[in-house]
Amino acid sequence: MPGPETEVKQNPEAKAPASRSAEAAKYVGTPAVGTSKAAAAGGVAAVGPENGPVDSRRRRLAWVCITAFLGAWFIAFFRFFLPRTLFEPRTSFKIGYPSDYALGVDTKWQQKFRIWVDRTPDRLFVIYARCTHLGCTPDWKPSENKFKCPCHGSGYDSEGINFEGPAPRPMDRARVELAPDGQILVDVAKLYSWPKGQPTQFNDAGAYLSV
Amino acid sequence: MPEENGNGKNGKNGRVGLAERVKEDLQALKTEIPSKAKEQIEGLKDPTKTQVYTSIFRHKHDDTPRNRALGVLSNVFLHLHPAKINRDAVRYSYTWGMGGITFYLFVVLTFTGVLLMFYYHPTKVQAFRDILYLEHDVPFGKLLRNMHRWAAHLMVIAVWLHMFRVFLTGSYKKPREFNWNIGVLLLVFTLLLSFTGYLLPDDQLGFWAVTVGTNMARATPLLGHEGPFGPQLGMTPYNDVRFGLLGGSIVDANALLRAYIWHCIGIPIVASVLMIVHFWRVRKDGGISGPAPVMLQSEADKPRRGPKAAGE
Repeated sequence: MPGPETEVKQNPEAKAPASRSAEAAKYVGTPAVGTSKAAAAGGVAAVGPENGPVDSRRRRLAWVCITAFLGAWFIAFFRFFLPRTLFEPRTSFKIGYPSDYALGVDTKWQQKFRIWVDRTPDRLFVIYARCTHLGCTPDWKPSENKFKCPCHGSGYDSEGINFEGPAPRPMDRARVELAPDGQILVDVAKLYSWPKGQPTQFNDAGAYLSV
Repeated sequence: MPEENGNGKNGKNGRVGLAERVKEDLQALKTEIPSKAKEQIEGLKDPTKTQVYTSIFRHKHDDTPRNRALGVLSNVFLHLHPAKINRDAVRYSYTWGMGGITFYLFVVLTFTGVLLMFYYHPTKVQAFRDILYLEHDVPFGKLLRNMHRWAAHLMVIAVWLHMFRVFLTGSYKKPREFNWNIGVLLLVFTLLLSFTGYLLPDDQLGFWAVTVGTNMARATPLLGHEGPFGPQLGMTPYNDVRFGLLGGSIVDANALLRAYIWHCIGIPIVASVLMIVHFWRVRKDGGISGPAPVMLQSEADKPRRGPKAAGE
């Protein structure tokens, strides 16, 4: 390792700041406890880093590397929170035959599949039992012939059409079709909705079964 | 000495060196043991002179302004307080003591929370059972759980009141505007701690509260699948911010575990770091804010202490 004096001679154009020059780096008085013998003899500059000019290209490269490294970790950190595989209930299932259901609302699948089967004189459809306000499960009140959400009081009629409370639209309906064995196949991953001020999807194919 | 032996001309010289050294050691033992014993006896007479004592208590304790300041400055816990403060700034009618009470409640919550963790499993099968277990069987479990619960409620109230008094006294103004923003962040983290803790009992109240709370996240601009510009950016129920919070599309086992980790580890660490900055900035911005200093009438004719008394 070249000493501080030779280093300065090799780069005469390199003007080190006064505080970092070899002269200023020499110890005056007793060296601190733990100072190496080499440093005590030759000053800090003898053992410290060389006092050359800053290579701005190298410095920029170093910062680019550090930024890229931290940036990649930052992105990975957020991606980490989105799992690929989910262990959630199936979204499609069979619920028996259309003839199993009488006119009106049937709540027998509410606990298991979060749906109500609703039959009108000419149609059978499945309401997804999620309040369109903030996602609670409303209760079916047979005596009042309506659905009532316990969280914020949204009310829906027997076909899931909102008429009171903060709900912005009727409750969504799940896709229904007849399986080859004649049972009703429901898929709650495909929902039909009727957003306020927009055309209804409740008459789309798949939103109901004609009976 | 050993170097000399290495260069020795003959073995005899070495043997003489050895004998000398043994003699020296014996002499040292003779003089050192009595001097150490003497020191111990003197220590019994006056314990404040022993090395053990002086290594712990590093300055004199007679009542001088210097010693009073040193008593605070040389103690890691006390040095968190300023050595001297303006007495008008600590009137309870001015500060309400709300910042300190908030921190005290945070300490209570950390202590009781860590103890609750010894009996709580963040799983769908066990979480609610563990709450019943804590409430009905674990010694002092009911006390700990309710301390945690009440301290949590009180901390949210105390944070709001602290913010309210800072606003009323104008203490958010220059040079404290940076610290006001740190405080706003701390408010947010306090509320997030409250919210994540809500789900942990896994009871009906917490479950539906978190269902409602995370459903609001659907409407987050850009990052929610029902929010402005969300669908255009490709957000669906399976990749938006709500999905990331819950670890799934429904409030289930992943959501419980995530709430638990954010509640017990993630948010407390971030909040603690911000608290350190918050308290440090209080000192750097001129100490706790207060009204202009006044002198009591009874003191008006007495000489003042402190640098002004030393003569300007």
